Amino acid sequence: MDDLIRATDRGLYCEAGGFYIDPWRPVDRAVITHAHADHARPGSKRYIASRAGERVLRHRLGDLSLETFDYGEPLDMGKVKVSLHPAGHLLGSSQVRVEHDGRVCVVTGDYKTDADPTCEPFELVPCDHLITECTFGLPIYRWPDPQKLFDDINAWWRGNVEAGKNSVIFAYALGKAQRVLAGLDPSIGPILAHGAVDGLTRAYRESGVDLPPTRHASAEAVKETKGSAMVIAPPSANGTAWMKKLRPCSTAMASGWMAVRGRRRFRSVDRGFVLSDHADWDGLHQTIRDTGAKRIGVTHGYVDAMSRFLNEQGVETHVVPTRFEGESDASDAERQESEPQ
Amino acid sequence: MKRFTRLFLELDASTGTLDKVDALKRYFREAPPEDAAWALAVLSGNKLMRAINSRRLRQWASEESGLPPWLISECYGVVGDLSETLALVLPKPQADASDEPLHRVVTQRLLPLEHMSESQQRASVTDSWRQFNRDQRFLFHKLLSATFRVGVSAKLVSRALAEVAEIDPAVMAHRLMGAWRPTADNYRALLASENDADRRNQPYPFYLASPIAEAPDGGPAGLGDADGWAFEWKWDGIRAQLIRRDGEVFIWSRGEELVTHTFPEIAAAAGQLGRDVVLDGEVLAWEDGRPLPFSLLQRRLNRKRVEMSLFPEAPIAMVVYDLLEWEGRDVRGEAIEQRWAMLEEATAGETLLIPSERVSVSNWDEAQSLVAGARDRGVEGLMVKRLGSAYGVGRKRGDWWKWKVDPLSVDAVMVQAQTGSGKRAGLFTDYTFGVWDNGELVPVAKAYSGLTHEEIEQVDRWVRNNTVQRHGPVRAVRPELVFELHFEAIAASKRHKSGIAVRFPRMARWRRDKPIQEADTLESMKAMLARYGR
Ligand SMILES: [Zn+2]
Ligand SMILES: [Zn+2]
Repeated sequence: MDDLIRATDRGLYCEAGGFYIDPWRPVDRAVITHAHADHARPGSKRYIASRAGERVLRHRLGDLSLETFDYGEPLDMGKVKVSLHPAGHLLGSSQVRVEHDGRVCVVTGDYKTDADPTCEPFELVPCDHLITECTFGLPIYRWPDPQKLFDDINAWWRGNVEAGKNSVIFAYALGKAQRVLAGLDPSIGPILAHGAVDGLTRAYRESGVDLPPTRHASAEAVKETKGSAMVIAPPSANGTAWMKKLRPCSTAMASGWMAVRGRRRFRSVDRGFVLSDHADWDGLHQTIRDTGAKRIGVTHGYVDAMSRFLNEQGVETHVVPTRFEGESDASDAERQESEPQ
Repeated sequence: MKRFTRLFLELDASTGTLDKVDALKRYFREAPPEDAAWALAVLSGNKLMRAINSRRLRQWASEESGLPPWLISECYGVVGDLSETLALVLPKPQADASDEPLHRVVTQRLLPLEHMSESQQRASVTDSWRQFNRDQRFLFHKLLSATFRVGVSAKLVSRALAEVAEIDPAVMAHRLMGAWRPTADNYRALLASENDADRRNQPYPFYLASPIAEAPDGGPAGLGDADGWAFEWKWDGIRAQLIRRDGEVFIWSRGEELVTHTFPEIAAAAGQLGRDVVLDGEVLAWEDGRPLPFSLLQRRLNRKRVEMSLFPEAPIAMVVYDLLEWEGRDVRGEAIEQRWAMLEEATAGETLLIPSERVSVSNWDEAQSLVAGARDRGVEGLMVKRLGSAYGVGRKRGDWWKWKVDPLSVDAVMVQAQTGSGKRAGLFTDYTFGVWDNGELVPVAKAYSGLTHEEIEQVDRWVRNNTVQRHGPVRAVRPELVFELHFEAIAASKRHKSGIAVRFPRMARWRRDKPIQEADTLESMKAMLARYGR
């Protein structure tokens, strides 16, 4: 039997429904899982996305022809029934469920199974065919308990305040930065947001997400909060002249890649906090098991290792190709933020 | 083990020297001597035991975790460090950190392994895995595989100990040299205020030249009249300080490593001198009054023991350009002209200790053209030293300038990539580059430096998505990325298919604007070889 959804040179395509999911070239109808730049790209005629993520998506892509739907709300497209379900990756992130002739295919988009107060939790959607991301599809990636991690971040901040130093934490501007913010204890000191983080944080607040107060990290704000501030900045700010005015400071990075010591040291930050918005090895396998899917597509990440491992376990698995990342036409800055790990 | 783990994490996390020294001092102050002795042994790079076969470790980890061996290899490829890989893939630790003191871990868990059968080893190691948390497992693996290295030099350790003991760092460095058994008593003796083994073989800090581009006004013009300066060739060798005190000879490299035994003929020549002196200079491969390619010297550096058979193949000499001590007297404060006079007197008639020739230059333009022709003479450029100046300390800017010839340059296409080590472990950071020869790309250089972190991460992702073939850790990639490479010298080489070897290649620029067809050719590099090759 043919798959309901298959890979094409523009991205995942549902022929029976006449739409693409997260296409990387302009198309007529695009269902968007979430607003990260490697999933939401400009130029398509009509977009479909979750209501929860509308503001963030518009902040990212500007004016576009966009229809939004509540999670779980059914819509008919061509011959198929489509619905969006929370992916737990960031505000408004969706899995796409497609049903045709009693067969169900789910595309997870990016997702995580860990708790995150800034978005709806991941929903397990039973299906026959599951197309799952596997950004962290190796057993070296197993996340620590997020609560313990935020305790560590707050303890690091408190220690820096005692030493009279600012704390600068690098986190991808969309999603990760707001999740970090939500876990900070504002009683420790003032929180500043780098320009790239500031606008998106506002979009989160306007969408009804409750976050501790922040100030834009202007020269004035930096001066007033010297020695006690927690500054949230995108990774691209590391090593730039902008950092100079924050000295003395201790630096940290919040990312799943920080699970590996070499990556931590490579980034030349004082601390690496293992905080990811993707599912870890255990989360991926639990999801794959629990959906009951008989056929698994793996995409984005360690696809070769994942498919070999699953096939050896007797789970029919295929690799869903994605575009060459080296040929991305995104600018460097954009590409950087499009890799929210 | 808790305290030692904390020390390791602190050293690993801190980027500043001062933080590292503080962490070390805190550890050495607090730790009981029997633990501190082992910590010191490990930190100074002593191997405690013969390594446990890493294949066995992998096998046991695979059985414990239920993961197939190929998947552990795959993980290793990403992490770049086996100790860490195993610590990460093992089942999540049950317990919190183990409290067992370091000396017990060493004497009861590590050292006995050598005399055990394989099945006993397996039982012991898996028991340790269950006792330790992830960080402790990582350290345990490092000790098991005798590859414990942490971002801290022997010098820093010695400095921290000196501060704890409140003695001269030079004295501590000397106490730490040679064989040293990690017992509590020896550790206490190390920290004692007096210790009769102290002896002065200590080098002076090297004075370092600054690039001439950093001179006032960004070039030689900012140095005033050329008459106020002396000129010497800038040699391409190994900076060394030769110490002869009470007739005994020590040779220190700039890395503050004793290299006396690497250069036995130089040490012997210094022993023959008529008096005690300390000389500063450069060890070079040298024949008939001319330097030979650095690669000949390299061959010798790669050996642990220098066999006599290497001597005719790689003859060496030390070109000396300064004298710091004369018959026990520190003369660094005297004018350079006086020091030269002493240098000539001290080395008169000595064929392996050759005073660096002074080059006559009457104006900056002339100097400029000498620099431009440096490659033809087998030197890197000119050293410019202020007349009348004392011997400085460190990189105190102003009296010594180095004026290097512009690097050679080609545009080449990346053809292979390999993961790096240390900080760069698990990332594709080491690349092989090719140039065109009859429609084929022939490898001509390997380079791993010059890119920003962001660029390296981009290239890393690109490599993973554009691999056309794997040979072990090496990936052949689709020819697509063009880089401008810079290098210091070019030489003929029989070992390379291209017939060419380049020295110090690095990536000057990622030429995203260049299609691969416009990269350089082997023919153009051969022309370069004919012109500048040695
Ligand atoms: Zn994403
Ligand atoms: Zn993504």
